Amino acid sequence: MTTQTGMDLLRFATAGSVDDGKSTLIGRLLMDSKSIFEDQLEAVEATSQSKGYDYTDLALLTDGLRSEREQGITIDVAYRYFATPNRKFIIADTPGHVQYTRNMVTGASTADLGLVLVDARQGLTEQSRRHAVILSLLRVPHLVLAVNKMDLVDFSEEVFERIYAEFTQFATKLNVPDLQVIPISALQGDNVVNRSEKMPWYSGPTLMYHLEHVHVASDRDMVDVRFPVQYVIRPKSDDFHDYRGYGGQVAGGILKPGDEVVVLPSGMTTRISGIDLFDREIPEAFPPMSVTVHLEDDVDVSRGDMIARVKNAPTPSQDIDAMVCWMTNQPLRPRQKLAIKHTTRTGRALVKDIQYRLDVNTLHRDQESQELNLNEIGRVQLRTTVPLLCDPYSKNRTTGSFILIDEATGITVGAGMING
Amino acid sequence: MSQTYADYRLSQLDQLEAESIHIFREVASEFEKPVLMFSGGKDSIVMLRLAEKAFYPAKIPFPVLQVDTGYDFPEVLSCRDSWVDRLGVRLIVASVEQAIADGIVVDDGKTSRNRLQIGTLLHAIEENGFTAAFGGGRRDEEKARAKERVYSHRDEFGQWDPKMQRPELWSLYNGRLHEGEHMRIFPISNWTELDIWDYIGREGIEIPSIYFSHQRSVFERDGMLLSQSEYNPLREGETAAERTVRFRTVGDLTLTGCVESTASTIDEIIEEVAVARVTERGATRGDDRFSEAAMEDRKKEGYF
Repeated sequence: MTTQTGMDLLRFATAGSVDDGKSTLIGRLLMDSKSIFEDQLEAVEATSQSKGYDYTDLALLTDGLRSEREQGITIDVAYRYFATPNRKFIIADTPGHVQYTRNMVTGASTADLGLVLVDARQGLTEQSRRHAVILSLLRVPHLVLAVNKMDLVDFSEEVFERIYAEFTQFATKLNVPDLQVIPISALQGDNVVNRSEKMPWYSGPTLMYHLEHVHVASDRDMVDVRFPVQYVIRPKSDDFHDYRGYGGQVAGGILKPGDEVVVLPSGMTTRISGIDLFDREIPEAFPPMSVTVHLEDDVDVSRGDMIARVKNAPTPSQDIDAMVCWMTNQPLRPRQKLAIKHTTRTGRALVKDIQYRLDVNTLHRDQESQELNLNEIGRVQLRTTVPLLCDPYSKNRTTGSFILIDEATGITVGAGMING
Repeated sequence: MSQTYADYRLSQLDQLEAESIHIFREVASEFEKPVLMFSGGKDSIVMLRLAEKAFYPAKIPFPVLQVDTGYDFPEVLSCRDSWVDRLGVRLIVASVEQAIADGIVVDDGKTSRNRLQIGTLLHAIEENGFTAAFGGGRRDEEKARAKERVYSHRDEFGQWDPKMQRPELWSLYNGRLHEGEHMRIFPISNWTELDIWDYIGREGIEIPSIYFSHQRSVFERDGMLLSQSEYNPLREGETAAERTVRFRTVGDLTLTGCVESTASTIDEIIEEVAVARVTERGATRGDDRFSEAAMEDRKKEGYF
């Protein structure tokens, strides 16, 4: 039988526009892993035919909304799923155009790996540079540059090496802990699942091999204990009369019964007396487990508090310095007040200053800019009504991130990554 | 260092479970009046199991809502009752027949019960003042769902606006609502059909017997095998025959087809699903077949 018990999970984000072959590549990954069903393929073939295409447009598989199909473009993030015997994959498939930067930021926020596609004939473009910058800002730990359409440059090693060198040069300006550059032809399948016979000069992994084997378990912070309290469990039943447990998802470090811990922001210290996973006591908990933690002392703990180690705890702060991606039409300006959600804590935030706007194509910092428009990213100073129990985003993507909400409309208008 | 920590890894099923539990707890914390929409199908049973785990040993802190089409499989209703009894949760049944009788929805004889569920459901949500309704939708099911958020906003009319979806980043969910609006919550968005079966197998939990192979009197309509019943009279030219079948999805029995199968254990079902070449909705759901955007259109109106 097929059992998934031992399987692990890789979330990856792709970005691209109509011409760079992204849909073809995703279509191929799905087809070659037998994740496209006959009825889905038939529907796409029928639509392609009725539109008068002489090929099956695999983009129709992912363009799920009527408006997207009508306009022939991807607007929103689509999530796609496939699995090989050892790993399940979640693809966050995002649009590539600059006017959809916020969608790409959204897709990248949960990704372990980012896949940037370039057309071998064109080499690096503004768009591919922008994608790499966004993935690096979102601290996606693994980056793959797939040099596509190698069939159209006669599988030339020289072309590949030139793009490779140009990209590595550019990547020195970014935070890219792990980079893999792979020459492929998504259309013909070279180096996607099967090793290409036409590029004997390439000795690295195929794309699928790399996706299956890239090591992601150690990307999470296993050192600094961070447990945002999400929900206090008090059964108030006869069987569990004195039961009091703190439900939450481990954001960092390894928690064990007996550990001396501090509860923030109160600063009270106590010990972990037990950790439950449903009806079972477990010896330790680590990210991203959702568990219930019990403390030795009856200290006052509620939602929004954080459990950390006594000698390794975040400093509560109301002054936040962060990179913010702005996601709505009304620009972000100093003096603006917004709601902020960070881990399980909610408060209000005042925009103190916009230090600069980052040009995501060139990395140029525009310090003249006094506002952030839709899809722009900049460095922003905030003052919050409640202290945030935060870490630098570079250290922990859970305790280092927040969202900004417009209090009047209730819409999510900004995404922030805390500097430090 | 990293070699030591490499041992600390969660299987993908455990990661999915952890994510779903996080969502349940988040909603229970931030919404005044959540409710779990329960169809009796495998996905909503997995949701109940996850909710049970999220709040254990406390009871699930919200009720369960079922929209009774009047055409439900009796096996599904008895499984529902057994779950509700065991968990001690409050069950609210919103009946389509009652909604027709009360004039909330109009049965013109042409509209399917599936479609009439929409008005019945929205009425039940409004009448009870529910602000968040958990649904068992999965993104792998259908392409409109593939783009839907975990927290999916509904306006005062219960409608979904796919162009106005809120960005959803990290695991930071935005549950802000205005008066009269509500949120649909999809805690198993990232699960696939195979994940659901693996989890049911791993947890050893009860599901309706019609998911397993059994003898049933069925007939063919529009390329689907439908169950013979008083609600499903045979049309001219249709003949019923005894076959060995099972259901891949459960819904309104006049629209939900079964497949010929001898899979009588979870392991056999997993084996079958792993090699299936047609999606579960494509194979067995008449309601999704009407147009390319059938699901998107129903979702906009307020469907599950």
